[in-house]
Amino acid sequence: MSQRQVLQVFEQYQKARTQFVQTVAELASRPQNIETLQNAGVMSLLRPLLLDIVPTIQQTAALALGRLANYNDDLAEAVVKGDILPQLVYSLAEQNRFYKKAAAFVLRAVAKHSPQLAQSVVDCGALDALVICLEEFDPGVKEAAAWALGYIARHNAELAQAVVDAGAVPLLVLCIQEPELSLKRIAASALSDICKHSPELAQTVVDAGAIAHLAQMILNPDAKLKRQVFSALSQISKHSVDLAEMVVEAEIFPAVLTCLKDPDEYVKKNVATLIREIAKHTPELAQLIVNAGGVAAVVDYVGESKGNVRLPGIMMLGYVAAHSENLAMAVIVSKGVVQLAIALSEEPEDHIQAAAAWALGQIGRHTPEHAKAVAVANVLPKLLQCYLRADASEDLQTKSKKALKNILQKCVHLPALEPLLHDAPPNILKHVVGQFSKVLPHDSKARRLFVTSGGLKKIQEIKAEPGSALAEYINTINNCYPEEIVKYYSPGYSDALLERVEQYNPRA
Amino acid sequence: MAAMVRLLDQTDQIVETVYQRKNDAELQRDREFHSSLKIQAWFRGCRTRSYMHHLNSSALRIQKRWRGFLGRRYFRILVKNSVLIMKLNFYNSCATMVQKMWRGYYVRKYVYNYYSRKRYLEALQIKNEIVRSELEEYAEQQEQERRRKQEKEEKARREHLAKKNHYLISTEVIPGIFNSPFLPYPTDTEYMLRAVRPLLHEKKKKSEKPFDPTCKSYDLPRPKMLPPLPPKPQGPFRNPADVQEQRYKPFQPTLRVATSFTSLEEARQKMKDYEWVTRLNDNIFEPFSRRDTKYEPLLHTTSEYGHLPYGFRYYREEYLDRHLSTQPFKSVVPPIPIFEKLNDTFSQGQV
Repeated sequence: MSQRQVLQVFEQYQKARTQFVQTVAELASRPQNIETLQNAGVMSLLRPLLLDIVPTIQQTAALALGRLANYNDDLAEAVVKGDILPQLVYSLAEQNRFYKKAAAFVLRAVAKHSPQLAQSVVDCGALDALVICLEEFDPGVKEAAAWALGYIARHNAELAQAVVDAGAVPLLVLCIQEPELSLKRIAASALSDICKHSPELAQTVVDAGAIAHLAQMILNPDAKLKRQVFSALSQISKHSVDLAEMVVEAEIFPAVLTCLKDPDEYVKKNVATLIREIAKHTPELAQLIVNAGGVAAVVDYVGESKGNVRLPGIMMLGYVAAHSENLAMAVIVSKGVVQLAIALSEEPEDHIQAAAAWALGQIGRHTPEHAKAVAVANVLPKLLQCYLRADASEDLQTKSKKALKNILQKCVHLPALEPLLHDAPPNILKHVVGQFSKVLPHDSKARRLFVTSGGLKKIQEIKAEPGSALAEYINTINNCYPEEIVKYYSPGYSDALLERVEQYNPRA
Repeated sequence: MAAMVRLLDQTDQIVETVYQRKNDAELQRDREFHSSLKIQAWFRGCRTRSYMHHLNSSALRIQKRWRGFLGRRYFRILVKNSVLIMKLNFYNSCATMVQKMWRGYYVRKYVYNYYSRKRYLEALQIKNEIVRSELEEYAEQQEQERRRKQEKEEKARREHLAKKNHYLISTEVIPGIFNSPFLPYPTDTEYMLRAVRPLLHEKKKKSEKPFDPTCKSYDLPRPKMLPPLPPKPQGPFRNPADVQEQRYKPFQPTLRVATSFTSLEEARQKMKDYEWVTRLNDNIFEPFSRRDTKYEPLLHTTSEYGHLPYGFRYYREEYLDRHLSTQPFKSVVPPIPIFEKLNDTFSQGQV
């Protein structure tokens, strides 16, 4: 045998290995093949190939593993149990950039499924290796590492704290300053994942100077980047007043309002979430947003969008109105009530209706003026309907009841209250009649109108337990009218009259 | 004698008379005694009564005077108190009035100013309109931009298609499918085909990109040429050993830097240690003249009267009798926070 023949064996073997891993990687990209691959014992075959002498085979094996682990958590667990992670972590520091990228991909795919899997990735010491990868020159490696770190951090506060303790935050902040869009995007998403858990983590991110860089990217034309940027900003500002103020100090208003007109739905939703998170903290911050014209923009946005995208806008209006009567007035003059009423009647989903009901309650609870503004938008019957609907969720029922109660206790606009007299259940009727009993003694025109519209008749038909608040209100109302008219409208009065006719003895 | 006899005769009469009188007197005596007793009793009664009356009236006068005095004193106190209360009420009502006016003014001017609020809401509406129109404009602009881009892409796509299908163009002799002889003029596609040049099929070059498993499209542009090398160093050089020595010469700190910060303490400690080592006996030698004497306190401090605590307890003469009150002075009314920030926080009636 010549030397050539001997070498040919090796060459063949290498070619076969290469072909095998490439095919497996290809097959693993389709979900329907995964089960077959798993049953064929692909894990145990791929593992030795990670230690292959040929770098290409190593990379491709890692890629195949990553695709498998990406598919479901069982396979990810199999990767963890196969002791593959320490090998990957070791090679993250050693190998070339393509291998690093593939290894980071596997780590990401494993960490994405559950906190336990992410914890096992952390336990392998992957964080330090990933953080070192963030310092790499190559943007692709940085991207893969940032992505993996983000997936680890997104599960819970401990994991996020572990990522922060590994020193990832300053490097991620450097990553968002890189020119590559995809890297920026992923770094912003990782920052968002880190700071969503607790105020301390958010403070760490802020201390690394992330806000200024994130704020610069608000007007970036790339929609996906904007999504992540707004998500990160809203996660930062949701925790405390200080953080929200720091976000506001980055001069994001009124630039963010333009993004409410973005064609991308998620951008819109994240912007609305950001505005909501800022507005919810203090009246001053809400005032600032109102003064920047934010309420009008959000009202328009609520009108233009549908479904879940609407929700943060609706909640923002509620939060702003909840702070003070002045801000609630600002929402009213920005035509917020009409849009909320439309949302309340249009949206099929209970939780959005509940949010709209809550927001309307917050607007109407301040003064009679506010309550009137809400009542003339014909909101009260809708709220009542939401409360009485048989298939309404418990949350919607409590929210709409609370809102109705809040509005009714301030409302002195009688034409809006009148329909409620006819179809409200007793616990709501109490408030309605209470409002009538407060207004009628002082307003003669309203008294007249109340009789002609049939309200008085309806009042007489209400069966109130003696001694209850309802009975007291009814009594107050009856006292504002002459006895005859009250009697006239009492049920059974015609029978009483007829009886009197029978008993009457005409003088012959 | 006769006289005597007569007299004697008469004596009987006299005696009789005497006896009679005596008997009368005896008879009357009891009555007279009772009468006189009655008179005396009456007189004494009168006298005693008048005396008692006098005493009573005197006591009454004294009591009257005393009670009047007490009453007037009580009355004066009462009047004083009621006047004080009246004044207090008056001042309180005045203060309430001032506070009421001020608060009303303050709140109307700075907190709930109706007109400024109205103005604010109107301004807000205008601002809202502006924001709305601006956003509308922005959205419109974006939309146009997008449409333009789309149109451009569409045009490029059609051009590419036309280039690809350029062979369908009609020749001088044979009309193409887009140039039907039954139509009065050729279709748009025909004009398009005439306008463009046919697509050149370039030979596919094998990509030189290295295999990248995670992301196929990614690769850094490779520089065409290697960067130029720095120019070769010229000239006579010093001996490398000299250069080495100069570069790695030891650190030569100044005396101040070289000296330890605690050198003085260290030197003292060293001296002490040395002294301790060379010492023969640990019991320190003491002179004979040393004698223990009892401490004798001062007379002032031991006596009952002692010295004045001036300089120990207090530092000023205290004339307690001159003090108006035992309490230190305090201002009567608490400070009014609004007054203190009156000129500091001025708002334009913004609410």
